[in-house]
Amino acid sequence: MASVTFRIWRGDGETGEFVEYSTDITEGMVVLDAVHQVQAESANDLAVRWNCKAGKCGSCSAEVNGVPRLMCMTRMTDLPTDVPVTIEPMQAFPTLKDLVPDVSWNYEAKKQIKPFKPRTPDNEDGSWTMYQEDVDRVQEFRKCIECFLCQDVCHVLRDHHKHEEFVGPRYFVYTAALEMHPLDTEDRTEELKKAFGVGYCNITKCCTVVCPEGITITDNAIIPLKERVADTFYDPIQWLIRKATGK
Amino acid sequence: MSLPSVDIRRQPRRMGETARRDAWWLKPGLTFLGFSAFIVYSTWAAFQNADYQLGNYLSPFYSPLIFGDGPHAWIEGQPEWWPALLPFSPALFILWAPGGFRFTCYYYRGAYYKSFWADPPSCAVGEWRKKFLGENSIPLILQNLHRYFLYVALLFLLILAHDAWKAMWFMGDDGVEHFGVGIGTIVLSMNVVMLSGYTLGCHSLRHLVGGVLDAFSKSPARKKAYDCVSCLNRGHQRWAWGSLFWVGFTDLYVRLCAQGTWTDWRLF
Repeated sequence: MASVTFRIWRGDGETGEFVEYSTDITEGMVVLDAVHQVQAESANDLAVRWNCKAGKCGSCSAEVNGVPRLMCMTRMTDLPTDVPVTIEPMQAFPTLKDLVPDVSWNYEAKKQIKPFKPRTPDNEDGSWTMYQEDVDRVQEFRKCIECFLCQDVCHVLRDHHKHEEFVGPRYFVYTAALEMHPLDTEDRTEELKKAFGVGYCNITKCCTVVCPEGITITDNAIIPLKERVADTFYDPIQWLIRKATGK
Repeated sequence: MSLPSVDIRRQPRRMGETARRDAWWLKPGLTFLGFSAFIVYSTWAAFQNADYQLGNYLSPFYSPLIFGDGPHAWIEGQPEWWPALLPFSPALFILWAPGGFRFTCYYYRGAYYKSFWADPPSCAVGEWRKKFLGENSIPLILQNLHRYFLYVALLFLLILAHDAWKAMWFMGDDGVEHFGVGIGTIVLSMNVVMLSGYTLGCHSLRHLVGGVLDAFSKSPARKKAYDCVSCLNRGHQRWAWGSLFWVGFTDLYVRLCAQGTWTDWRLF
């Protein structure tokens, strides 16, 4: 058992400061356990959002030693404990209190994305015929737990606060899942370029690095969407072909 | 249609400010040094206009040799219209193509935005730039033309493969070309392998061969091609670095052999 010092952000969206707490760490503890222990021992009013403690609900997203992570999936043994461990809320969203961010912007932004619009059913019973190889690609995107760590680490939102022009990696993944779906008939290319600002992404791949589900966000979702936008808006030969064929 | 606004009161971090405790500066720092070393060497080599060929070997920095001297040249000599005030080198006619391909490559973009422009310096590290336009305006919007550089790069692959083939045929004392393998043959062949691994794993190629489709089941051949490109694409960063190093080494090998500093050993 060892005593470890934590620097935890206390405050709301307007003001706040880091406050140091010490607690004993035992084998197998994760950061969320330590935060709960601090809450029980020294700071009963410390606000922290959590739910499953299994890395599947995406509730306990925070920044541990400056890196966006799920607190429930961050082992204490993976952190240097000879110096204080810094824990703060996600930077890309307003803070409600202490470690709890207001992520409601994400839900509002999601509403702007055209929903799934399937083609007419293939069969008389109203069902569709689908093949596994057609949905393999989008199944990766369905793993997303909406923890918003990718949104938090993206510098377009985090540092440049382009929330009104840039929908963020999470919703590029969501849009890619719809755009690449074999049954979907909707076209979201124009929104991707204009309203969702896919051109702001400068391929830092930070979103891929922090994704707790291991989704290859940049290579498998964002870049393919950038290529689809390039097809429509930036490729002069494709433009000529469309003009010539009327498609 | 517009996205909702959000009111974030905490100020963005200053340049380099972060709570990260790891050596976040190491990767962009090494990237900066690696790219800088290559840019300096390749620029120097491109302006030498000498020691770029040795018998059946031709440096990839000078291939295709559109204007030049020797057995590899498509057109003998320097073009008459070349301005006398400008230094002439055959490499200047061709290096824009692989240079443009790498400059607009999705991997390199992410790497040099971080390591050269600190935009951001690393993930979750504060940056100096207050105004951010991304790839939405001139000049960076031109990155979307990456696919056109890809087309040229694919053509270059064929030319370099032909160079590797020619590197297997040595002029004998009888005045007839004989099949053989020297260290240079292996170096030039390896260069084609490395560049193929990099070029054929390109994100734009991945899109063009099959990524653009929503249903692979109707196009099994394109699905196969997509899977192959995706396989290489997963290691795109490694191929990018490996091919960058090897193409520079190939030029160095031919150069040092042509200068007589190194001897090209014939294996058979």
